[in-house]
Amino acid sequence: MRDIRWRPVMSALAMVVGLAACGGSSQTGSAAVSATGPIQIWYSNNGQEVQWGEAMVAAWNKDHPNEQVTGQQIPAGKSSEEVIGAAITAGTTPCLIYNTSPASVPQFQKQGGLVSLSDFSGAAAYIESRTGGRSSQYKSPDGNYYQMPWKTNPVMIFYNKDVFQKAGLDVTNPPLKTYSQFLSTSQTLMSKGGVQAAIWPSPTSEFFQPWFDFYPLFIAQSGGKQLVESKQPQFDSPDGLAVANFWRQMYAGSLAPKEAAQGDAFATGQAAMAIVGPWAIAQYTGKVNWAAVPVPTKDGMDPGQIHTFSDQKSIGMYSSCKNQATAWNFMKFTTSSASDGQLLQVTGQMPMRTDLAGSYGSYFLTHPAYTQFADQASRTVEVPNVPNSVEMWQDFRTAYSTSVISGSQSVDQAFKAAAGQIKTLVNQQ
Amino acid sequence: MLGEQPVGYLFVAPFVLFLVGIYAYPFFYSIYMSFYDYFFAAPGAVVDRPFVGLANYARALQDPLFHLAIRNVIIFLVINVPLTVVVAMVLATALNAAIPLRSFFRAAYYVPYVTASVAAVGVWLWLLSGPGLVDRIIGPLAPNPSWLVNPFLAMPTIALYVTWKGMGFYILLYLAALQNIARELYEAARVDGAGRIRTFLVVTVPGLRPATLLVVIAAVITGANFFTEPYLLTGGGGPDNQSISPVFLMYREGIEQNHPGYASAIGLLLVVGVLIISAINRFALERE
Repeated sequence: MRDIRWRPVMSALAMVVGLAACGGSSQTGSAAVSATGPIQIWYSNNGQEVQWGEAMVAAWNKDHPNEQVTGQQIPAGKSSEEVIGAAITAGTTPCLIYNTSPASVPQFQKQGGLVSLSDFSGAAAYIESRTGGRSSQYKSPDGNYYQMPWKTNPVMIFYNKDVFQKAGLDVTNPPLKTYSQFLSTSQTLMSKGGVQAAIWPSPTSEFFQPWFDFYPLFIAQSGGKQLVESKQPQFDSPDGLAVANFWRQMYAGSLAPKEAAQGDAFATGQAAMAIVGPWAIAQYTGKVNWAAVPVPTKDGMDPGQIHTFSDQKSIGMYSSCKNQATAWNFMKFTTSSASDGQLLQVTGQMPMRTDLAGSYGSYFLTHPAYTQFADQASRTVEVPNVPNSVEMWQDFRTAYSTSVISGSQSVDQAFKAAAGQIKTLVNQQ
Repeated sequence: MLGEQPVGYLFVAPFVLFLVGIYAYPFFYSIYMSFYDYFFAAPGAVVDRPFVGLANYARALQDPLFHLAIRNVIIFLVINVPLTVVVAMVLATALNAAIPLRSFFRAAYYVPYVTASVAAVGVWLWLLSGPGLVDRIIGPLAPNPSWLVNPFLAMPTIALYVTWKGMGFYILLYLAALQNIARELYEAARVDGAGRIRTFLVVTVPGLRPATLLVVIAAVITGANFFTEPYLLTGGGGPDNQSISPVFLMYREGIEQNHPGYASAIGLLLVVGVLIISAINRFALERE
């Protein structure tokens, strides 16, 4: 009896504390920074990225017999962030992870899991020359880079041209520029397009979901602001409230469902639109006759001025790495102009490099549909690099769910309360 | 000093080591963490984890999300435990009788219990998502918002799901207990003119009291620790955290947000709560 009584609760506690029990030794410091030798890397389990990663490893290993790189897909988990967080605690991170979310960088840094890339000679200049002005968004509050901005998937509105045509809507220049146009178009799609939803952002409660509903539109509406700037929440501004009230109307009118979709709603034809970046094109090819436009703003804006969420992934160097000089050189190798070109070619994702259209002109000539993503990539905004980043996003999501998705509280009230909580969080050390 | 059979210590040593390593050490470590502003860090990393005394407990007791999680557990237990006891007892009694296809039914009720939660949740999502099969069957009676996104129905739906999924196990417990009720009692009841329902109430139910105590305590413990359902069935405790559970909150705080000190405080408060409820159950059900 006694065993049965305690076991489930103990198991839950063990889940939390088990990681703490993992120990080991680690080394950081100047010796590792200059050490060379074999290293391990993890890359995403996305098929195209695996192909690119394997090609990079093979090309490097051919010329570096004493600094061999072993690559593998990131271990399975609910999210890469959880897997990496657990690996940091257990001391089992590889040298490099090509899938590091900027939102988790403050937490990984606090855990002592990341190496400051600024410790390498010329690193800051390399990052800034490759990424341009956007690189400042990836600098930590201590002024150092703990991540190399790698690739971006600027979030835009994808639409199903066949559904739009069926609904009698303009297919080449769809009325999706302003909130009122978007709402009206959504109503038409629902009544004449034969779809279950006009657009189907995930309504679930995970902390990262705002990046694919509220945040891209907020960035666009505010002219490129982050959720928090100079430790002050920005989302409770008139721009933020306008965005939230727009989505609230979408949910209230059943134009966006309150339930999670079973599968990819856009790829399966359940939804007429999706809010996503170019990584998803591979999923849509052969299934959906798609096109993309910038996210809407309240009164409409010149597309060339619209900013959006970057959905950027960085490369992180982890403190368990013993041969950090090799890791840094491999990182530079895989972010060279040639390697970035291969990344673009294989995955269709945009390297965090200036002048993409000029640098890879031949690619965009043969892939004209991607040109707009290259243009949009130059106007992307990242999540803020602040303490308690994940908790901040979770608090925001809770307020958004209550006021926008469920509509059980006013947006003003919920956002004001969330802004107060978030201000406290980001001002903690 | 080592007694007559010292080799016995050798035999129990593996289990003792298992118990200490897997249960006792994490438990006491979680008590330690709950008094600190603890967070997980890389091995060898020099980090500051200040002692915070009872602050994590105070925060939990003032945290509206923790209150909501406790309320949800209470809703869950109020539905799940009585339903489990009554349905499992009735079905076990039926399956103990000489009915056609008895072996098939015994196996059928056990299948959900051994089915992977992810698969079972997938089926329930398909059944309950609007407009799913259930909504189509009940037509105009279908709730709006639908079951799993309805703030009033999400928790009852989860309670029903868990009752269904665990039923096979509890039926098995009752079936075993039914074998211990003396047949003479049933014969005496029949001689005294008792019908089936009367016999069930005066012979079977009292005869199953020890098993009922076990079922109630096991159901309370399982219920107080529910996690998979808000994690998978309602997309992270939705809608608006209306199906969040204390263990899910521990996961969110401890793993996602790296506040294991606070998560440990929640866990220990949960341990205390479950112990109190189990003690009350034992007192209420064991007394003659």
